[in-house]
Amino acid sequence: MDPSTELLTEQEAAVYDRQIRVWGVDAQRKLSKARVLVVGMSGVVAETCKNIVLAGIGSLTLVDDSPVTDEASAANFLVQFDDSEGQGITLAEVCAASLRDYNPMVQVKAEAGSIQSKPDSFFGNFDAIILGRSSVSLKKHVNELCRKQTHRIAFYTVDVRGTCGSLFVDLRTHSYTSKRAKDDKDVQLELSYPSFEESLGVRWSSMPKRTSKLLFALRCLEDFEETEGRQPGHVSSQDLPALLAFWKKACEAQTVAESLVPEALLQKLLRAGSTELPPVCAILGGIVGQELIKAMSCKGEPLSNYFFFDAGDGKGIIEKVAPNT
Amino acid sequence: MSRSEELNQQMDINGIEKEKVLMVGAGGIGCELLKTLVLTGFQHIHLIDMDTIEVSNLNRQFLFRKSHVGQSKAKVAREAVLKFRPGVEIVAHHANVKNQEFDIDFFKQFSVVLNGLDNLEARRHVNRMCLAAGVPLVESGTTGYLGQVTVHIKGQTECYECQPKPAPKSYPVCTITSTPSKLIHCIVWAKELALAKLFGDKGQVSDLDVRPTSNEDGAVSNDPDEAQFFEVRSGENSKAYAERVFDRIFGQNIVTALQNEDTWKARRRPDPLFLEKVLTEDDVVTTNGVCSSEGTISASASLGLKNPQETWSVKDNARVFLESVQLFLDKRSKDVGKLVFDKDDQLAVEFVTAAANLRAHSFGIPMQSLFEAKGMAGNIIHAIATTNAIIAGLIVLEALKILSNKTKECRMTYCVEHPSGKMLLMPVEMAEPNPRCYVCSETPLVLELNTATATMREVLEKVVKRKLGVTDPVIMQGSNLLHESGEDIEEDMVAYYTALLDKKFVDYPTPITTGVVLTVEDYHQDFRCSLHVKHRETFDEEKEPEGMVITGDLASLNNTDASAQPSTAAPSKIQNGHAEEEEDDDVVMVEPVPKAATAGTKRKLEEEDTQPTEKRLRVTESVPIEV
Repeated sequence: MDPSTELLTEQEAAVYDRQIRVWGVDAQRKLSKARVLVVGMSGVVAETCKNIVLAGIGSLTLVDDSPVTDEASAANFLVQFDDSEGQGITLAEVCAASLRDYNPMVQVKAEAGSIQSKPDSFFGNFDAIILGRSSVSLKKHVNELCRKQTHRIAFYTVDVRGTCGSLFVDLRTHSYTSKRAKDDKDVQLELSYPSFEESLGVRWSSMPKRTSKLLFALRCLEDFEETEGRQPGHVSSQDLPALLAFWKKACEAQTVAESLVPEALLQKLLRAGSTELPPVCAILGGIVGQELIKAMSCKGEPLSNYFFFDAGDGKGIIEKVAPNT
Repeated sequence: MSRSEELNQQMDINGIEKEKVLMVGAGGIGCELLKTLVLTGFQHIHLIDMDTIEVSNLNRQFLFRKSHVGQSKAKVAREAVLKFRPGVEIVAHHANVKNQEFDIDFFKQFSVVLNGLDNLEARRHVNRMCLAAGVPLVESGTTGYLGQVTVHIKGQTECYECQPKPAPKSYPVCTITSTPSKLIHCIVWAKELALAKLFGDKGQVSDLDVRPTSNEDGAVSNDPDEAQFFEVRSGENSKAYAERVFDRIFGQNIVTALQNEDTWKARRRPDPLFLEKVLTEDDVVTTNGVCSSEGTISASASLGLKNPQETWSVKDNARVFLESVQLFLDKRSKDVGKLVFDKDDQLAVEFVTAAANLRAHSFGIPMQSLFEAKGMAGNIIHAIATTNAIIAGLIVLEALKILSNKTKECRMTYCVEHPSGKMLLMPVEMAEPNPRCYVCSETPLVLELNTATATMREVLEKVVKRKLGVTDPVIMQGSNLLHESGEDIEEDMVAYYTALLDKKFVDYPTPITTGVVLTVEDYHQDFRCSLHVKHRETFDEEKEPEGMVITGDLASLNNTDASAQPSTAAPSKIQNGHAEEEEDDDVVMVEPVPKAATAGTKRKLEEEDTQPTEKRLRVTESVPIEV
């Protein structure tokens, strides 16, 4: 059947009515074919999954073998109370069950095994990959694998640390339709994205003065964790002296002043450790969900290529970090 | 849990588990908000929502399933959340927030009120209750990718009503009845006039007949059988009725309208549509006998028109019109005579779409699909889960600031679709209260009386004149005038006010009971204030001999000694003003679509004295709209 004349089922039309009024039938049809992989069921990832399953993506695969603990469910509402008593059930399985219930029209499955154990070919089965909290090296690795595939795989990595959230997006080359502001007409546009690694290579000294301080602070923290051999988020206030020393070196290497980031921000991130403030998860999860919907439906201008939110000042800021070509 | 302790420390939140919060609305924003509140650690939540669950909610109201359709939103939301946080106390009220039970004392028990509402009327009501109870309010709204969160703290920030709200869209009567130029005009005609005339309460149908021209120059005389015409005649089957009505409203009425040459001097002349021309012998209406799908009676299902996105041909519109009229008479006869348009009523939407399209075709206006027409007729707000989730998160962050006494840090936040610059979420400082806001500029007063026996005459004498020192009071309930004094009042209004004077408050068209706010104004004194009515059965005969008690900060009122006012002052200009404006205010109302603010929205206080009465006279309040 010609995809453009393919009708939505009566059930789809009824359930998706209000959102079709936002993005149209064509976008809904494209969305219903998207295969999405999600890695790491943190609070913000749970929010994201809820949003894209409700919207009606085609399929969702969850990877997270960790056990269901109180800590794992602190900001994750996909874990129901009686689930925590289950033995040998993984977090991914528990979350998948809730998500299936949210929208039976979406295929949701839990994939056993760690993401590191997956062969390269595994990634080719998806149209979009969302990485929850992960080390810098894992982000680089998965992003590279995405870029190697013949078809475009949209890549997102999202994390919430206490009151702060961050998102990175790589859509490689993305063609989309968007309404032009002046006459409200649909126009065809294209955006090119740098890879994760390329964006890391951009020198801090070359970035605009008003770049979000969270960008530098979070990079420093993640590099610190990796260097120290910590799991992401496994830090505390006690690490402050070491982190400040690390920060000083980073600033020297990047030839920027140490005052670029106030000490209080680094301290705040350390204190947060691995915790996520639920309203910040809701906000970030909402943004990732909406960005994934835009990318999969090829409708609407997507975010490029970083987003930062801090509940402290309430600002949600987009930063474009790309090498000058 | 150490995690939450750590976070609470960061946010300076101590003891939010002890705070009691009120959520109004368990819909798109409400579901997200309830979830985020309990995850954040709130333990005591009251939830009010009068709605029941619809299938079209399921794409974003994630606490609901298909099996819950028809059940109370508040109650199902509570149960769903208890599944992941069983210990939390959630009190679900399946009720209208305007009910008597939710009086000022009810509001006073909460630390903060959080709104996730879908209509202006309820928002205004909650705003007033929060002002009266002195409880901070976090207000929100979304449309598609746009959203906003605002904070309203009495005396510190502007209240929800400090800024004028966009007026409901209205169309001049003659545009609807005689000279439509856009499809929306035809839809309003189909919904408010045609549907109401055929299937609505005959007593409720306005004086606007389904009639093509105004009587401005007497070219069209009143048809004496107009009222009877739309009755089914004895022995007439539904098909014959449908065909007779078709030729009348799309054919004969247009022919009659065309006789009024003046109307068409500068306009395209409409083409009358008669059934024999639209559907020829070969186009005999064939139905497949399946007039319902999943229990819904549907004309398009019966005719095999499957794609709601497709614009029907003129022939198909005619078929749907005839079929829907027949289905109403044959399968939904119980509703005939009392039908009110509802966007979730498939058959009513089909009738409206077909009737609007046929009329549009007559007038050379492009037709639209069922899907689009439904959106226009139902004022359906575009709604997605992601914006609601983001907005709910922002509401909780503002609530946390309020509860940790950091109200200076509270912000109004816009969620925008196309950021100007790089701000996707844009916090803006809240404005100060508008000193001219009639809702929050004065300390609201509470008027306790027995609403079963009290009358306007008593209140005017004992309270308004004696206690408030008002000489020429204007009393309003919402946008309805209940009393006016002065010389320049039209006769019919004088009669209306006199009739109300000795009526018991509970017997008013909109009963005056607990929770109702009466607005008292006096143009001479440039005075206005709000009276929050509270019902009380008994009064102490010695201490409260008047049988009604007014409380509040009377000293702060800007009234002066009533005796100092001239007793017979000339009527004010404002009054003359509305007398003139009223002459031509017959408008057909459709509900307003709330405009979510966008980046760079200019916020200025209205300098002119626009608020009081003149613009709100006879403006019907909006009906709830979907979030």
